[in-house]
Amino acid sequence: MSGAAPHASFRPSRRGLLLGLGATFALGHARVAFAQAAGDRRLVVVILRGALDGLYAVQPYGDPGAEELRGALMLPEPGREGGLLDLGGRFGLHPGFATLHGLYRANEALVLHAVAGPYRSRSHFEAQDMLEAGGGQRLTSGWLNRALQAVPAAGQARAGIAIGGGVPLLLRGPVPVGAYAPPGLDRPSEDLMLRLAELQGADPRLAAPFAEGMRARGFAMQTLGAPSNEPDRGSFPRLAAAAGRLLAERGGPRVAALELGGWDTHAGQAGRIMGPLRALDEGLGQLKASLGDHWARTAVLVVTEFGRTARVNGNSGTDHGTGGVAFLLGGAVAGGRVIADWPGLAPGQLFENRDLQPTRDLRTIAKGLLRDHLRLPEAAVAQAFPDSREAPPMAGLIRA
Amino acid sequence: MSVRGHIAAIRFGYGLRLGEAPPANPEAWLIEQLDRPAAPPEGLSLAEGIRLRMEDQAARRAGQETPRAANGRSALNDAVRNEGIAHAHRRLTTAQGFRERLVDFWMNHFTVSRRVGVIQPIIGAFERDAIRPHVTGRFADMVVAVARHPAMLVYLDNAGSIGPNSPTGQRRRRGLNENLAREVLELHTLSPAGGYTQEDVQAFARLLTGWSVEFTNPPVGFVYRTAAHEPGAKVILGRRFGDGEAEGEAALRFLAEHPATWRHLAVKLARHFVADDPPPAAVRALEAVLRETKGDLGATARALVRLPQAWDPPLAKFRAPADYVIAAARAIALPEDRADVIVSGMAALAQPLWTAPQPNGWPDTMAEWASPEGLMRRVDWAYNLAGRAPRADARAVAETALGPLGKGETATAMARAGSVRDALTLLFGSPEFMQR
Repeated sequence: MSGAAPHASFRPSRRGLLLGLGATFALGHARVAFAQAAGDRRLVVVILRGALDGLYAVQPYGDPGAEELRGALMLPEPGREGGLLDLGGRFGLHPGFATLHGLYRANEALVLHAVAGPYRSRSHFEAQDMLEAGGGQRLTSGWLNRALQAVPAAGQARAGIAIGGGVPLLLRGPVPVGAYAPPGLDRPSEDLMLRLAELQGADPRLAAPFAEGMRARGFAMQTLGAPSNEPDRGSFPRLAAAAGRLLAERGGPRVAALELGGWDTHAGQAGRIMGPLRALDEGLGQLKASLGDHWARTAVLVVTEFGRTARVNGNSGTDHGTGGVAFLLGGAVAGGRVIADWPGLAPGQLFENRDLQPTRDLRTIAKGLLRDHLRLPEAAVAQAFPDSREAPPMAGLIRA
Repeated sequence: MSVRGHIAAIRFGYGLRLGEAPPANPEAWLIEQLDRPAAPPEGLSLAEGIRLRMEDQAARRAGQETPRAANGRSALNDAVRNEGIAHAHRRLTTAQGFRERLVDFWMNHFTVSRRVGVIQPIIGAFERDAIRPHVTGRFADMVVAVARHPAMLVYLDNAGSIGPNSPTGQRRRRGLNENLAREVLELHTLSPAGGYTQEDVQAFARLLTGWSVEFTNPPVGFVYRTAAHEPGAKVILGRRFGDGEAEGEAALRFLAEHPATWRHLAVKLARHFVADDPPPAAVRALEAVLRETKGDLGATARALVRLPQAWDPPLAKFRAPADYVIAAARAIALPEDRADVIVSGMAALAQPLWTAPQPNGWPDTMAEWASPEGLMRRVDWAYNLAGRAPRADARAVAETALGPLGKGETATAMARAGSVRDALTLLFGSPEFMQR
């Protein structure tokens, strides 16, 4: 645990552990200074692992080069049977994104096209690491965790929480974060847990994550109630609903990260993509529903590590590419638009004669959110995205 | 030395099984596992696995009920489930934990995943046919066996990759799929440090066109489809390869014996057997053996045993969920007919058998596994496992599991526990049991 060492010395009280209270954590002091920064706003980041084909999810049907390149993967134009959902005349959303399209029409969703991180790796693993680290190289902490250094915990919970089990690199780093996964087994008594915490408390590497697990669970149990035995408890829509409930809680977390895989569609893309696509669309709807009134103060950023090849490959799929699409949605978002400095799909306009040419750096979007949505000071934004002067925060993403 | 006996069992294997004594001569005990392997496991053959899959699919297409096993389950699902249980059973009962760990290490290096449904019934065969025979053999032979195996050819999409200028490509207007070529370079052999380019990936993908799978007409399995092979020379890392199946194998062997590959393997092995941040001296030692023996994995495994860093300090590695579940089950001597508990435990702790999310396999560092929620789930699972052994001698289990590596605090907490179940939960939930 790279983040474990600084906290190895803490000794939470028995009561503190049980209630999920953090008052005895040393880092509590550091946060007071920023207590007014985040206020009531919620930020959710959804990582789509495996590389979503942006040209398939949001099809540039108005581009004359699209048909030639995309052929079998082009869907009928808006208004025709099984056709795209219109996004204002040039772009159409895959019809599986009905919920997302509803948000777009309600001016609560933005589509950002031809975007990419600053890296040009076509390796999933490298690119995901850099997407989450927030730079052109691998770092040991994630940009969202570094941003949390300036976000106060609103109450008893950690300001940041990872939903679904592990903590992604995005949320790893100097600031302790919570983690929530739906339970499914008998559990030891609280007393036995405390005795275990004492044994673990002596271990330099495990003391901190173990105490954090108890704390995160203590909080999550209060909000979500007793374990249920539903069979699909790990599925994305359920996790998204849980994220919304946790974020809606008074004194709950303010920032959450979720992930959804299954986008690496090298073959039979039109069929294979439907599972993750439907899960994402339903999950976004669940997230909105469970946030309730807090939706108005929420922004949800949906990103993937890179786009896919502009041409369809030999197996009706697409291979690893570069430029792709990102979504930004929520009641706080100035939506209802497609933002793209469209590079075009004609020969000579593709990146390396192969991929959609990226024209916007993903970091500008994330930095814009940190500045205008979480209202972080300039220094805190720079801490989240070091060495990124060439990618200034994007204005106009958030409603004034 | 009893500490070294326990380290041999824990670091190199899956821990001792209740009733088993730590080896008196730990190094010799490990080497013996390399020199005299137990009989290999049996299971569903590749042909049987493909047949089950095809029959199931044919029934579905025809709208008929799928073939059933004697117990009424789907024949396909039953066979897949049995393969998983057989995997767990071997690890629960083996006296050669080091060899099984090597098999699992290489299976993870060459990840194939049940997430691609078609290959579910042939992953066991992949382990038995492509991995296990080579864990003390030559690395290049393993690379070739893996790349020819239908599980890998389907998992990384090469089975349908067609040269655009080949007769099939011209007729059917289908083309190249570069997935396998890319991952062989990135994950199986050189790693990105090897400095290959996108052109190398594409040239290699062209060279591997035709490496496919025959599912219907016997003999089912690997097939080289000449008509799908992209004609013309391919240059990979500056070396020219011609047309045909043999040239593809030559390229795989060339990549398998590349200096960047030795380095990549040495780092991964040292990370698995020594520490998350492997000491440079250990990496250098392994790299030298790989280079000098041209990838003799038996010699490399012997070198692992000789590495002082692999023995000291003990408990430097965090047990991945599969390790943890197997070690706990061995320590209580879980009955042999309940190996399914290991399979479900792996899933409950977020490392379901043969289901890695991506081709780079499961992570091998503490940072990836020792998450707050992961630790909580681990303790939950341990509590459930402990409930299966209400009359166990908890002290004997602790002696088996950790011997002198167990801490006094843990022994004290166990002695004060109100039940055997609580005592075993404290043992399995202790920091020392979570590490190896």
